[in-house]
Amino acid sequence: MSSALSIRNLRKVYSGGFEALKGIDLEVEQGQFLALLGPNGAGKSTTIGIISGLVNKSSGSIAVFGRDIDRDFSGAKREIGVVPQEFNFNQFERVADIVATQAGMYGLPRKLATQRTETYLHRLGLWDKRNERSRFLSGGMKRRLMIARALVHEPRLLILDEPTAGVDIELRRSMWSFLRQLNAEGTTIILTTHYLEEAESLCRQIAIIDGGEIVVNTETKTLLQRMNTETFILDIDEPCEAAPAADGYAVRKIDSTTLEVDVVKDQGLNQLFSQLMTQGIQVISMRNKANRLEELFVSLIEGNGATTAEP
Amino acid sequence: MKAFEQWVAFQTIFQREVRRYTRIWLQTLVPPMITTGLYFVIFGNLIGQRIGPMDGFAYMEFIVPGLIMMAVITNSYSNVVSSFYNTKFQRCIEEMLVSPMPNYVILLGYVLGGVSRGLAVGALVTGLAILFMDLHIHSLWITGLVISMTAVLFSLGGFVNAVFANSFDDISIIPTFVLTPLTYLGGVFYSIQMLPDAWQWVSKANPILYMVNAFRYGFLGTSDIPVGASLVLIAVFSAGLFAYCMYLLNRGVGIRT
Repeated sequence: MSSALSIRNLRKVYSGGFEALKGIDLEVEQGQFLALLGPNGAGKSTTIGIISGLVNKSSGSIAVFGRDIDRDFSGAKREIGVVPQEFNFNQFERVADIVATQAGMYGLPRKLATQRTETYLHRLGLWDKRNERSRFLSGGMKRRLMIARALVHEPRLLILDEPTAGVDIELRRSMWSFLRQLNAEGTTIILTTHYLEEAESLCRQIAIIDGGEIVVNTETKTLLQRMNTETFILDIDEPCEAAPAADGYAVRKIDSTTLEVDVVKDQGLNQLFSQLMTQGIQVISMRNKANRLEELFVSLIEGNGATTAEP
Repeated sequence: MKAFEQWVAFQTIFQREVRRYTRIWLQTLVPPMITTGLYFVIFGNLIGQRIGPMDGFAYMEFIVPGLIMMAVITNSYSNVVSSFYNTKFQRCIEEMLVSPMPNYVILLGYVLGGVSRGLAVGALVTGLAILFMDLHIHSLWITGLVISMTAVLFSLGGFVNAVFANSFDDISIIPTFVLTPLTYLGGVFYSIQMLPDAWQWVSKANPILYMVNAFRYGFLGTSDIPVGASLVLIAVFSAGLFAYCMYLLNRGVGIRT
């Protein structure tokens, strides 16, 4: 499969001398749904800024669907839609005008721009708000407006920088559903997020950037297989005095009716349950202690030890 | 980007600019009419009748071209500086930077927006002047050419100011401390022939003097400065500023990290 985005040895040194990107390489295949993860100041937004033309790179190369940004930036930009982290539309303009104006900036004739504006405002559930001044929209609507605006020229690569930050759960779920649908229609999507559940649920590939370097770039399922141990919370029927002993498992008591147990990959839970049963302990319910990807992310970042402050 | 697409993009920016200043017409189109109308009443009618003729024309006739020019200069400059700075302030400049529009399309869109506001205000103020006097135009094409070129020049100036501005204070410093004094000293209210030789030479270092006089020539057929020299000066300044604006945009000064 050919490449939607190819980044080679990308470096960015800010004027104060801060090296935000230390020569990163990243390959994103067409049709991929990639999560770009990393702590604050890791270099995610700088990378997106360079791809979209908002930040000047220091060195390295970027090609979008084979178009090198140094040789054909205009052609490359046509292929990209960007949804930034912060609201960046005119607060005094009407919703429909904001989307149609962006279409015009990509050279779409008035009639087509109007049709596309209608299409994407409908798809993002903003058609009823088309004549509202944008400053009167709710936070979630503003996010959806930025997505509609980024899609109006129908890019093949959509980049979203923390699109669900500050969005309520219901809206986040509907946004996920929309992004899945968009990806199924063929749009390559790159997403940065701090919600690791979001990355695990949506993305087939995960790249983790830390301290200006890509520390992991692999399929989501491969990454999750790296997890050796999962921690489960068990609710039991009768109060217990101390944590019960179970051969091969580390069991800890949280309170009289709640236990915490570490289960090594491939170890299974049957053995644990049968050992608890022999001691007269009945498990009523069970849940994961934490998001698996979150645990892995923290261990990777701590292992890398390169996290730096924002420039 | 193909030529037709560039044309569409240019129209988009231009129309957005026109939409912006017509939406807030109470702040953009009405104040210059009130200010200039007061000049007409006070300096033209009341005081002007006591001053007597200037360069062989009634004082009101003499000052009208300069006052129209002053309104055009102020409005074309302030339209671009405030609009472009606002796009930086609200970060909607990113809408343009991520698009495939060439930089000159962005620049031309803003400049034509500034020119259109300058000329719209000029037309309104001219209409107001007709209420106070019989307006005669000596040369329509020189009048139109000078006012259009001047509006282009000051729109470009406003763009440079906006690129470097980091706060709302920065967009009012040049109009307050540079443009207004130069305009008042640019022969709007008097002929430089009235000044001592030394001050005439000093006045000739003021580029606005050339514009006011060339514009006055279009109305009255008289000027302290040769019209050709004025046109060349405006054209040279405009070409220089256009090149400088393109340099700033291509380097991303004030707009890219």
